[in-house]
Amino acid sequence: MTATTERSSAEVGKARLRKEDRHLVTGRSRFTDNMVLPGMLHLAMVRSPYAHAKITAVDTAAAKSSPGVMAVLTGADVAGEQGSLPNAWPITPDQKAPAHGAIAVDEVAFAGEVVAVIVARTAAAARDAVERVDVSYDELPVVMDLEEAFTDKVLAHTSLESNKSATWVFDSAEAGTGSSVQDAIDSAEVLIERTFYQQRLIPAFMEPRSTVVDPTGEQITMWTATQIPHILRLMLALTLGIPESKVRVIAPDVGGGFGGKLQVTPEEVITVLAARHTGKPCKYTETRSESLQAGHHGRAQVQRLKLSAKRDGTVTGLSVNLLADMGAYLGLVTSGIPILGAFMYNSIYKFPAYRFECNNIFTNKTWTDAYRGAGRPEATFAIERLMDELATELNMDPLAVREKNWIRHEEFPFATVAGLEYDTGNYEAATAKAVDLFDYQGMRAEQKRRRDANDPVQLGIGVSTFTEMCGLAPSRVLGSLSYGAGGWEHAQVRVLPTGNIEVVTGSSAHGQGHETAWSQLVADRLGVPFENVEVLHGDTQISQRGLDTYGSRSLTVGGMAVLAAADKVIEKAKVVAAHMMEASEEDIEFSAGSFNVKGTDQSTSLGEIALATFAAHNLPDGFEPNLDSDATFDPSNFSYPHGTHLAAIEVDTETGHVGILKYVCVDDVGVVVNPMLVEGQVHGGLAQGIAQALYEEAVHDDAGTLVTGSFVDYLVPSAPDLPHYITGRTETPATSNQLGAKGVGEAGTIASTPAIVNGVLDAVRHLGVKDIKMPCTPSRVWHALQDAKTTGGVR
Amino acid sequence: MASSKTITVEVDDVRYTDDVEPRLLLVQYLRERLGKTGTLVGCDTTNCGACTVHLDGVSVKSCTMLAVQADGHKVTTIEGMAQDGKLAPLQEAFHQCHALQCGFCTPGMIMQSASLLKENPHPTEAEIRDGLEGNLCRCTGYQNIVAAVKSVADGTVYDDSGVSTTAGETETAGVS
Ligand code: FES
Ligand code: FES
Repeated sequence: MTATTERSSAEVGKARLRKEDRHLVTGRSRFTDNMVLPGMLHLAMVRSPYAHAKITAVDTAAAKSSPGVMAVLTGADVAGEQGSLPNAWPITPDQKAPAHGAIAVDEVAFAGEVVAVIVARTAAAARDAVERVDVSYDELPVVMDLEEAFTDKVLAHTSLESNKSATWVFDSAEAGTGSSVQDAIDSAEVLIERTFYQQRLIPAFMEPRSTVVDPTGEQITMWTATQIPHILRLMLALTLGIPESKVRVIAPDVGGGFGGKLQVTPEEVITVLAARHTGKPCKYTETRSESLQAGHHGRAQVQRLKLSAKRDGTVTGLSVNLLADMGAYLGLVTSGIPILGAFMYNSIYKFPAYRFECNNIFTNKTWTDAYRGAGRPEATFAIERLMDELATELNMDPLAVREKNWIRHEEFPFATVAGLEYDTGNYEAATAKAVDLFDYQGMRAEQKRRRDANDPVQLGIGVSTFTEMCGLAPSRVLGSLSYGAGGWEHAQVRVLPTGNIEVVTGSSAHGQGHETAWSQLVADRLGVPFENVEVLHGDTQISQRGLDTYGSRSLTVGGMAVLAAADKVIEKAKVVAAHMMEASEEDIEFSAGSFNVKGTDQSTSLGEIALATFAAHNLPDGFEPNLDSDATFDPSNFSYPHGTHLAAIEVDTETGHVGILKYVCVDDVGVVVNPMLVEGQVHGGLAQGIAQALYEEAVHDDAGTLVTGSFVDYLVPSAPDLPHYITGRTETPATSNQLGAKGVGEAGTIASTPAIVNGVLDAVRHLGVKDIKMPCTPSRVWHALQDAKTTGGVR
Repeated sequence: MASSKTITVEVDDVRYTDDVEPRLLLVQYLRERLGKTGTLVGCDTTNCGACTVHLDGVSVKSCTMLAVQADGHKVTTIEGMAQDGKLAPLQEAFHQCHALQCGFCTPGMIMQSASLLKENPHPTEAEIRDGLEGNLCRCTGYQNIVAAVKSVADGTVYDDSGVSTTAGETETAGVS
């Protein structure tokens, strides 16, 4: 398929302002916690203060007699009906996982795990009663450190014999995609060996998770702050043993997700159970502290790396050995997150040999799962840090080392050592543009000036290039990776009697702007005004089929389904048009909303055809009076956005303070439907990637308590903490979809973390600092500088 | 349980008299008693600013005030910002500058921005950023929020083309 055959368009490419804004800027929002239903009851969770313990008794008598309390449910009460929360991605046939009831029955494995739920007439009454539940625990030893957990000296679960969940290996020599890494290492002229730590992060979406369940009527209706209403519906049905047809899931306005709402949560299951037990609508809204403590976390890996190269900078092999912290359980896709990274360590480069081994390990912490980028930021960080280390070792410019190894634009399509086929890309162009916008030479001169002058504020230049696999995903590929579902997306285009269009999409936006972008797509395709298109989503009763929103998939997969459905509408309408104008179908041409008889000035509009179809008084024999059309799109390949990011970093060597003087990113996300939305996605992604480099870390104490349990300690950056971003774009259309789009949701997050850390190190390496763990806080930077004076140490 | 108190508060130009528990937070009063669900709650430690409203024209975090403390005062929420169906300049600017994605921080951001501009009608970019320090946004990376506030200060908001005039900052190059 060639890309962009039909790009003549008025709407695609336009920075359309969003259709979704008005209700949000005026406070007419529909977030789940805003919902009130008649007779609604409120839940509060009793959570374990211990990271690992046996539950020996739960005394609920006092709580049950508290004012306003309608019910108290414990794990024992619901053990027979709660099932086990799903993991949809068994990465190996022998993957081990503990049973995971929504309410713990006899053992808790992280601090914050639910042990009972209070159902009361008001939220305040429910919270008051939490303290009156008396749970007796026998504490068990906890294992918090990932490397220690790997030794199995302390077990995270008494029911498992080892903390190891699974080991997953990719070896290019075995796969036939490259040669042997061991040979490359044995014959290396230069060998870079490093261990990097991906700290635990918390998605920290602004809207705390909230769920309302209405059990009245013959169907359970759930409103919930989720990215995945369709997957959730199916999983609730499977987990609780209720027919899927009896569950309706609605994701109303959702206040951000970033992977953090890509989950089937204990709290959602518990709210169903509470509603079922009381027969009344029930609401649960978490506090921020609960969200930070018990919503899933992200990252948390130890990366042991070996990069072999020649002295001219050509990389000959890369070996990756990962320990990935699952936390205490396997959530929906916990186990697969590191595997999504496995295909990206070779990034934009032509490495001849590659080996990846990952051990998924349990600890007594909140489980990890998808967080913006999911596996790919970790991979990109590792390789981009290594490329800088190689440049330092060889005394080369970091951009030159990258250029030496990257795939040149004329070499596409390119089969990578990790087994993917990159369709298109132009790393030279993106880099050249970034270098230009950044004034790379000027910055290097300023850096030299400050070094020579021994300036207390040193300047570092951080380089990061990246690519990622987006558009999750070709269903066959997911199958080959043992994922439990496909990667297609569904859409329906409905033509109303007035000629207005309703687009039903299976993707589920929570801030991305799908209503605006999908309207642009359909406006062009059907030749109708942007304003006449209404986009419906996020309700399994309206959008019956879908696989939701994550992995930068919505446009490249969901958008294609929308276009395919629109094309089917045109085909149906042509039949009616031919009949109306007494012409033959082959003679009907469609363009810009009007159907013409070839070679004549006879024409009719989609609106007229819509009305005629609705009336159905005079349609062709056997024609079904309906123009509505469905389509399901399964991509043939991933898409591969890429980019080059450059950061000028100031490090105050006296205080350790890190400042961002300039940040330039040039991203190639293929064809752009709405540049304003794309830019917004990039900005937000950058903020989260910079936050990993400089600010955020989920810290637990030795006993397993989350120390960063509120926004006082978990440092989500605010406006003064972040720079003004300079963004640029290059455009190499993807060939895996008709539009040529590649996806943009994760780009900024993936590339910015290594750009910042490379910049910090570039500022202080000449002072003897070899590495600084993330987040590069003033204290860590200052200590690294002090240590370097004495030992050349790492911190 | 402590006995309830009677309060009279003017919220978005309407006077309400209600009996409230002394421990009831202003934000709970607004959301749960008055149905003013435009004001949102994002944290339990006064850090996020999602709950920001105006008390007698000055921004306050309504999660850190008791409803009884608002007795006799005038409260403005995001729902009282648009007048006669016309968006307030900041509401329009947030829309024009794509200063919101999920929109959860938006009510608080707009209320805080309004207060900031009242105190300092012509802030620099740094002053805007500092003025918004107590309001967290996880989606936008703040740049467009800053731009929205700046555009109101500079009086450059209005444009009815339906297309962003600020998204042109990105430099594009076609490559094949
Ligand atoms: S809810 Fe008031 S500051 Fe977060
Ligand atoms: S727009 Fe989502 S938190 Fe600000």
